[in-house]
Amino acid sequence: MTETLADAPWLSLLTFAPLLGAIFIIFQRMMARRDEAGQIEANELVQVENRSKWIALGFTLITFVISIFVFFGFDSSVAGYQYVEKAGWLGNGINYKMGVDGISILFVLLTTFIMPICIIASWDSIKNRVADYMIAFLVLETLMLGVFCALDLVLFYLFFEASLIPMFLIIGIWGGANRIYAAFKFFLYTLLGSVLMLIAILWMYSQVGTTDIPTLQQYTFSSGAQTWLWLAFFASFAVKMPMWPVHTWLPDAHVEAPTAGSVVLAAILLKMGGYGFLRFSLPMFPIASVDFAPLVYALSIVAIIYTSLVALAQEDMKKLIAYSSVAHMGFVTLGIFSGTKQGIEGALFQMLSHGFISGALFLCVGVVYDRIHTREIKAYGGLVHRMPIYAVLFLFFTMGNVGLPGTSGFIGEFLSMAGVFRVNSWVAFFAAFGVILSAAYALRLYREVIFGELVKENLMSIKDVDQRELVLLSVLAAFALYLGVNPTVALDIFSAPVDFLIANYNTANSIIGGGL
Amino acid sequence: MSMVETLSFAVPELFLVLAAMALLIFGVFTKESNTRQITLGSVLVLVAASLFVIFGPKEQGTSLFEGAFKVDGLSSFAKVVIFLSAAITILMSDRFLKGEQLGRFEYPVLILLAAFGMSLMVSATDLISLYMGIETQSLALYILAAFNRDSRRSTEAGLKYFVLGALSSCLLLYGASLVYGFAGATGFAEISKIATIDTPNAGLIVGLVFVICGLAFKVSAAPFHMWTPDVYEGAPTPVTAFFAAAPKFAAMVLFSRILISAFPNILDQWQPIIAIIAVASMVVGAFSAITQKNIKRLMAYSSISHMGYALIGLAALGIEGLTALLVYMSLYIIMTVGTFAAILQMRRRGGMSESIADLGGLCQTNMPLAIVMTILFLSLAGIPPMAGFWGKLYIFSAAVEADLLWLAIVGAVTSVVSAFYYLNVVKIIWFNEASKPFERDIGPFLGVTAIVAAFLMFPGLTIFINVLRQLSLTAAGALF
Repeated sequence: MTETLADAPWLSLLTFAPLLGAIFIIFQRMMARRDEAGQIEANELVQVENRSKWIALGFTLITFVISIFVFFGFDSSVAGYQYVEKAGWLGNGINYKMGVDGISILFVLLTTFIMPICIIASWDSIKNRVADYMIAFLVLETLMLGVFCALDLVLFYLFFEASLIPMFLIIGIWGGANRIYAAFKFFLYTLLGSVLMLIAILWMYSQVGTTDIPTLQQYTFSSGAQTWLWLAFFASFAVKMPMWPVHTWLPDAHVEAPTAGSVVLAAILLKMGGYGFLRFSLPMFPIASVDFAPLVYALSIVAIIYTSLVALAQEDMKKLIAYSSVAHMGFVTLGIFSGTKQGIEGALFQMLSHGFISGALFLCVGVVYDRIHTREIKAYGGLVHRMPIYAVLFLFFTMGNVGLPGTSGFIGEFLSMAGVFRVNSWVAFFAAFGVILSAAYALRLYREVIFGELVKENLMSIKDVDQRELVLLSVLAAFALYLGVNPTVALDIFSAPVDFLIANYNTANSIIGGGL
Repeated sequence: MSMVETLSFAVPELFLVLAAMALLIFGVFTKESNTRQITLGSVLVLVAASLFVIFGPKEQGTSLFEGAFKVDGLSSFAKVVIFLSAAITILMSDRFLKGEQLGRFEYPVLILLAAFGMSLMVSATDLISLYMGIETQSLALYILAAFNRDSRRSTEAGLKYFVLGALSSCLLLYGASLVYGFAGATGFAEISKIATIDTPNAGLIVGLVFVICGLAFKVSAAPFHMWTPDVYEGAPTPVTAFFAAAPKFAAMVLFSRILISAFPNILDQWQPIIAIIAVASMVVGAFSAITQKNIKRLMAYSSISHMGYALIGLAALGIEGLTALLVYMSLYIIMTVGTFAAILQMRRRGGMSESIADLGGLCQTNMPLAIVMTILFLSLAGIPPMAGFWGKLYIFSAAVEADLLWLAIVGAVTSVVSAFYYLNVVKIIWFNEASKPFERDIGPFLGVTAIVAAFLMFPGLTIFINVLRQLSLTAAGALF
């Protein structure tokens, strides 16, 4: 790569490419022929919608290709930030600054990979206001990529909050029956969590005079201040994660969101919480992170056991998977706050793997929902007789969700538990119940939907997965399997920054923590 | 300084008031037939007046008329904002007034006179000139509120505004006389020398409290906000748009100037009062707006809560606080004027619509308006990436710098509550069933104003907010 190519603002290009697609869609719709009342003519509308789909797919694929280029130019042996760009913005230490390290690059790749899948998954299932839908998804992709690339706290906050708006619209317009309640709950819950983080950001700014993330990561706040700052950031990320007891927005949002909305929510938006913990809480407030680790352990264990039990009792397929997401995120928080290399790497791996597996599970639900239009578990049964391929794929993802060795789910859970075990074996002991319970609810779901006699009238004529669905699910299955048998691919990428993070974390705690 | 030199600093005001008189005489002699010329004439007058301010004498901080009137960065900044927003509201009213058979030539002239009063307010550095400015402005506003004299709602609004406004003027005047009695001076500079911490003087402080109450009424801050929803609802909509914008800015600048330049040495006396007023306004504005069905009442409560946020900037003291206040108020004016331009487009056969429910499914019947309103309402809610977020960011940042962390936290939490009702409007626009479409024929100004305002909120000022901040910083520097 030549000098000039390497210096190009790759990350800005990557981040704003989907936005460009959204603008394209808006323009091509403005160009459409209209009748006297200003409405687009019916057959013209079909064309507009078709073009919108193709533009959206094209731009998400372009973004994916750019992210692959960024990935190939990325040096995983370096712990620091790469592809750094900086431009003046608000002045006084608040700049437009982007960059990726080994941790964020994987989230960037996950995002750019999941988005085309979401677009394809919505190809036929979204029937009304298709162009708006595609715009919302493209804007959402820009904002999510911005969150993972931002190296300035204000810029991060901007993207972090703004991502609520398209998701609010996606749930509210294309969601199920109770969608408005769910959209408001989603928005206000997360907003309340984040405004406290905003105040904390401003306080840090008043102390340090900059919101530059790498600078703040090197800055040592007094241990008293760390407590409050940690709590403020925790309020935001715990809601986003979501941790028990602030998880209740998630099942509602998942159930009401359209399939692709659920996929984005599970695969990417939830990861912002974990990413936030790793990017801010641990490196900036290491002492408070140690002090509050027992709290996080307790909440995580409650989350793992309690939400697993709740998942057992669910009648709605999406709700069941949503609760299982909360439980799986419990392993992530355990791993992160163990402060050990295994724990953090396990947490990161678990987030990636959960992105593939839970995204795929929501797609699986979407497949049958598109055919029968219900998510009630009771409405199904004996699908294996009519949908053998679907049964196989669904089984694979169910096993991934349970954490069967050989799937990526196993590596994540195992590593994070191994990390916690080194710090506190009791915590690991209780967390292990989650593994058992997850098998119970996931297998129950599978049994009731797939096995049994095919007795219900409307299921007699149900068709197996078509080519589009097959490709989507197989790609996801391939990734989950590949990461499961060859985890070092991912582990190598974030090993350097995780080492760096832990070194700083331990130094901070030995210097200041020792003095206490 | 010779008289001519002195007057040369007051050219914008002189021009404004003379032009208003001339237009009035012209209108009286030509009767109703020339409403349109007078409307356009007053817009030109306002634009010219703001050009006079921008290109006028630049010797900053010049005190004129024996310390009663001051031309400095702050007053110039405020005047430009006031004149331009007044000009835009006149343009926005045109179509509405014609539709309601209200197209009388007095309307633009009254706005000119109100703008003149406001420009006195922002330049006042003496209790007497302050009072004169406020009264000139208020008298014009009382008439404007009752401008639709055949409507009971409008006359009620005018009367209510007048009675309560007179009461607040009394409070202000009483406070001013107490301050004068105990300080022995009416000029801000002289008062500041006497009102020091070494000589805590009960009479002076009582006077100060009365002055604050009177001014809180003018900016419609809680607990002096009662008149706002009724007047906003009753007054003709373009008048409401005018009320919500320029007078608020003028009163806020006046508020800052009197507290910072007359009472800087006893700030520990007034800072808690301002903080409490700010909290009360944010809370009242956030919670009362939730149940509103009428969009003008909603905007009234919204402006109450916005005044609360702006007052945080005043409570935070210092140049950072005042800069934040000015940024916030400027953004607020752009958003409010844009929102009212959008509200004025809610027109069906048979008249204006004021019910929020009528926005149902707007995204299906009128996509551009739906997008504009969504951006503006999200911006009012202060949700990034809309520029309204920067207003809140600077305000909270100033509060944190000034060790008023609790105030910032209260502001942040109430902003979530108010996000609920702004989102509710967005919800009605996007999620509800479509109701009957609005008329498309709205004249050129409303659409352009709304679109420009929305564009400034996103992405314009999202990227270039630093420009506004630098301007505000220069303006705020005048008081320190």
